[in-house]
Amino acid sequence: MDARAVGRPLPHDSAHLHVSGQAAYTDDLPEPRDLLHLAVGMSTIAHGRIRDVDLSAVLAAEGVVDVCTSVDIPGENNYGCIVKDDPVFAGDVVQYVGQPVFAVAAMSVDAARKAARKADIACDELEAIFDPLTAVEKGSFVLPSETLVRGEPDTALEQSPYRKQDRLYVGGQDHFYLEGHVAMALPQEDGGMLVYSSTQHPDEVQAIIAHATCRDAKDIVVICRRIGGAFGGKESQASLIATIAAIAADKTGRPCKLRLDRDDDMVMTGKRHDFVIDYDVGFDDTGRILGIDFEFAARCGMSADLSGPISDRAMFHCDNAYFLENVRILSHRCKTNTVSNTAFRGFGGPQGMFAIEHVIEDIARTLGKDPLEVRRRNFYGEDERNVTHYHQVVAENYAETLFDRLLESSDYAKRRAEIREFNASNRVLRRGIAITPVKFGISFTNTMLNQAGALVHLYKDGTVMLNHGGTEMGQGLYIKVAQIVADELGVTIDKVRTTAADTSKVPNASATAASSGSDMNGKAAQKAAAKIRKRLTAFAAHKYGISEAEVDFRSNKVYIAERIVDFPELVCEAWAARLSLSAAGYYRTPKINYDRSTFSGRPFFYYAWGAAVTEVIVDTLTGEHRILRVDILHDCGDSLNPAIDLGQVEGGYVQGVGWLTTEELWWNDRGELGTHAPSTYKIPTCSDLAPDFRVELTRDHANTEKTIYRSKAVGEPPFMLALSAFHALRDALATEDRPLPDLRAPATPESILRALQEDPNE
Amino acid sequence: MTAGTIRFVLNGEVIETIVTDPTRTVLQFLREDLRLTGTKEGCAEGDCGACTVVVVEVDSSGDGVEARTINSCIQFLPTLDGKELITVEGLRGEDGALHPVQQALVDEHGSQCGFCTPGFVMSLYELYRNNPKPTRREIDDALSGNLCRCTGYRPIVAAAQKMAGEGDNWDAAAHSKTLREIARDENLGIDCGDSDFYAPKDIVTFAKLYGKYPDATILAGGTDIGLWVTKQHRDLGTIIYSGKVAEMLDVEVTGTHLEIGAAVTLTNAIPALLEQYPGLTEMFQRYASPPIRNAGTLGGNIANGSPIGDSMPALMVVGASLVLQRGFSERELSLDKFYHDYQVNDLQPGEFLARIRVPLAEDGVIVSSQKWSKRFDQDISAVCTAYRLRLDGDKVANFRMACGGLAATVQRAERCEAAVTGATWNEATIEAACKALAEDFTPITDMRASADFRLVAVQNLLRRFWLETQGEVETTVYNYGR
Repeated sequence: MDARAVGRPLPHDSAHLHVSGQAAYTDDLPEPRDLLHLAVGMSTIAHGRIRDVDLSAVLAAEGVVDVCTSVDIPGENNYGCIVKDDPVFAGDVVQYVGQPVFAVAAMSVDAARKAARKADIACDELEAIFDPLTAVEKGSFVLPSETLVRGEPDTALEQSPYRKQDRLYVGGQDHFYLEGHVAMALPQEDGGMLVYSSTQHPDEVQAIIAHATCRDAKDIVVICRRIGGAFGGKESQASLIATIAAIAADKTGRPCKLRLDRDDDMVMTGKRHDFVIDYDVGFDDTGRILGIDFEFAARCGMSADLSGPISDRAMFHCDNAYFLENVRILSHRCKTNTVSNTAFRGFGGPQGMFAIEHVIEDIARTLGKDPLEVRRRNFYGEDERNVTHYHQVVAENYAETLFDRLLESSDYAKRRAEIREFNASNRVLRRGIAITPVKFGISFTNTMLNQAGALVHLYKDGTVMLNHGGTEMGQGLYIKVAQIVADELGVTIDKVRTTAADTSKVPNASATAASSGSDMNGKAAQKAAAKIRKRLTAFAAHKYGISEAEVDFRSNKVYIAERIVDFPELVCEAWAARLSLSAAGYYRTPKINYDRSTFSGRPFFYYAWGAAVTEVIVDTLTGEHRILRVDILHDCGDSLNPAIDLGQVEGGYVQGVGWLTTEELWWNDRGELGTHAPSTYKIPTCSDLAPDFRVELTRDHANTEKTIYRSKAVGEPPFMLALSAFHALRDALATEDRPLPDLRAPATPESILRALQEDPNE
Repeated sequence: MTAGTIRFVLNGEVIETIVTDPTRTVLQFLREDLRLTGTKEGCAEGDCGACTVVVVEVDSSGDGVEARTINSCIQFLPTLDGKELITVEGLRGEDGALHPVQQALVDEHGSQCGFCTPGFVMSLYELYRNNPKPTRREIDDALSGNLCRCTGYRPIVAAAQKMAGEGDNWDAAAHSKTLREIARDENLGIDCGDSDFYAPKDIVTFAKLYGKYPDATILAGGTDIGLWVTKQHRDLGTIIYSGKVAEMLDVEVTGTHLEIGAAVTLTNAIPALLEQYPGLTEMFQRYASPPIRNAGTLGGNIANGSPIGDSMPALMVVGASLVLQRGFSERELSLDKFYHDYQVNDLQPGEFLARIRVPLAEDGVIVSSQKWSKRFDQDISAVCTAYRLRLDGDKVANFRMACGGLAATVQRAERCEAAVTGATWNEATIEAACKALAEDFTPITDMRASADFRLVAVQNLLRRFWLETQGEVETTVYNYGR
């Protein structure tokens, strides 16, 4: 086997373990003998002042050992990662239904959960705000509103020959990772604490536990081998669960595990932000946007969490692939008495792109054009019209290329014509088609987070232990980075083992988020491996008296001029010669700089692109619909692993379709979430996958930036390909009498019936 | 065996275990007691499929065996007595080689985070056993009880299409032999203090036990009762399990009726119903998921009496009745008289549902049922309707309509029926019927749908039914292009 590992479609490193039930998730780890199980007692009202928390019945319940409330937190009662407004346990006030008030530690999961229901929490109810529009009206915000202006939007709007305003609604989304939140904390000698946490951000879990339990970072070790799905839901939220476990372990002196029941998980932890979007757009008769004014109201919930950068990213991505010459975006970060919303794949980008794609469609339908034309009319240019509203140059207009190819391969024009014929001759069933682009900026917009570390050990037998700050949540990060390291050291992939993310191996790691996992950890690991390779090269050259250029490493062999030596043999010799065979690697993303106070600079290292054509059929009597065919062309640069990347594109699209169609979050008028389990919250199932599903990665579009092997990030961008499904639905609903269907997302059957029939029963 | 002990086969080995809590779930037993952690808990309510395992039983012919998936998260451990359980840990060959189903998933990149994977493996394994070369449609149906959040399903479908290439070492006769060997002659009774568990084998013993313990919980498939324990943490008291009662497991066709025992699983009841009423096919395809239908029973759906139970509208319109038994006495009650109010029915203390009598299909009668939900598969209806129509020329000789999701119980749409019966079967009649529906029902708003649009939906469903009888709509979106 002489092939490079990079670029090959290797299976996920744990695939054989997944399918045989041998992959250990946090709850599967062997349990220490004296382990206590935790359950959380939650607020049952949306807003109130706590008068009394009577836990006597909880303590008296069978199997209960102890309880913890806010007074049992020795340090800081906060898990908010940016703003310290997120109490672990509610102290004086409760701010949403489901907010943790206490935890109970018992001998079994069952005993703890039964006991948690026996609490008597007395509150004086306070006025609650649930929806973003009321929050805007009352000035209830978790962070100040922000405005970004470029050009002269007011003038442009005034002078536009055409103008349109509307209000759009786009719903939130539960992550519905199959593995719910879980953490196990084990007290160690001399004040240490070992924490197994299902988290995308072990470093933050470490820091927050340290603050909460009055320890130093050096006292806490956080480990995560794998996560059973995260999608952003375990970026900031995992700290809450792990910190509760640590507080209980600290108080009881015993290991404590908290695994949330699904319903509790969905009620207690944050989701994607729902947005209300007002727009005012001016355009010419070709459909070109001349000026646009956006107002975004994001439901952030009761605290800031990551809502600041999420709302920022919505502002950045409300251009999608289009040049907005004169634009104003006003972004409200609304404080409501609902669960604090958080990161979710796309991180505000989907909502921003939802806004502009809707505007584009509305312009086209107002002018009676194929939305495709209006999209192309507004694409970024290559030499002019190529600067974003935050002043980053868009180096290329790749959407145009993707559209050209996809329109041909999907037979768009012919199918669109056929669909028009079908609709003319069908009374009940209607079909629709749409093509949408994706341009997604890659990097954390907070520049300081764009750094990563890795640790590579080479053992005397020529095998490699790889560790980096990234977490494996199913996205295939571990196999991709292992492929990079295998190639760097010239060993086959079976010689590389990736170990759990561990704060004691790689410190201060950023969250595995923002699609940045393989870009950053791949580079850091490559640098670590390269250091070792360099030492081995120098050693071999010196030993055999040749130049370093004559030494090469491939497939567990070392090629030393004419000689071929087994890799382990050279490694042993190097060890005997007292060479260090371990190295740390560090990477910081170059070229990015960004001034948040002016919303300008280069927040993104590069952009990832994609495009999708979706065709749907709708039953106009029931509002039920089915996706019939999907054609996707997505840009992963030079893919590190095309099988893994394809999985991200396919899975991202389907998850995006869920967001825009079946996945509805519903709260009642007391602020209680009614959709808190898979019985009521409906993510796509197998039969929702289009019968004709054609997904391709571009093969000839290496990243122009010097990323790892010229690849591109792929975690988030494909999610937004699903906007094509939403607009295919609108296309199906549009008629001459109803050119602009008022369809709210998610497009449930009810939402579709509502769009078809604005005033029911009349 | 000592008292309180159950015996079953687990991944090829006969095991005995003492039951101290009859509501301990199979999943808890696997994960907590045996540390077999391959099987996962995703929701603890039978809706995500991460906990899917396969149960093997002697089939209805008595000769062979059949393998069926169930949701281990809501299945109580003692119900496994005398059965064989296969988990994800039990599939690999003796040499450690992956089973063809597992290998196909690896080859097709069918796992990402991997947490749902063991459940998919087991559902695919059942498919491999029972239908190794499935169509896409059959794959969709077989996997409708398993949620994957990562892959978007395409590679899992690919694995299902590929798995049949390789054989495994399944020996049905050996499984059958073992199951016979461990079959229990006597009635199982477990004394657990406050919560005894009885699994009588005949209806006489069942009736006597229920007479003795009228407050006992009757357990059939447990797909609803399981949640009383996992979600509501209720104590069930004494449990009498109907899943072993021979007379309650029968499906019989008499000269006039289909008689379905109260403990017959939906998987076994549905084909018999569809043979009579093919117009119910789509509704039953969308009804729950294979693991739920493999455990859940038609009798349980009726007895629990949820206002959104999907079988009852259809059963009501075809004129099904219930045989209710107390001691040795039986009475028969029409299903549409059974429900009084939300979770209040006509059962008297000590009385239980013994079987369901469904009239056989009649020539010239159209029977159809529709379901309206946010998602096609494995969703609970926001509205469910059923119709029975007999035309005499263009006049309606008889029309029945029943609806779920619009009131505290499943109900006949009486004003609507009256508006249609005797009228001409045309659009004007349907529009009048739609107006009547608004008087029949005052639905509520909840997480599944708003009151207004529940009404819009039921009216449109009726319009759709009318169009279907006119041959104007050939297919539903559910079936379109599949």
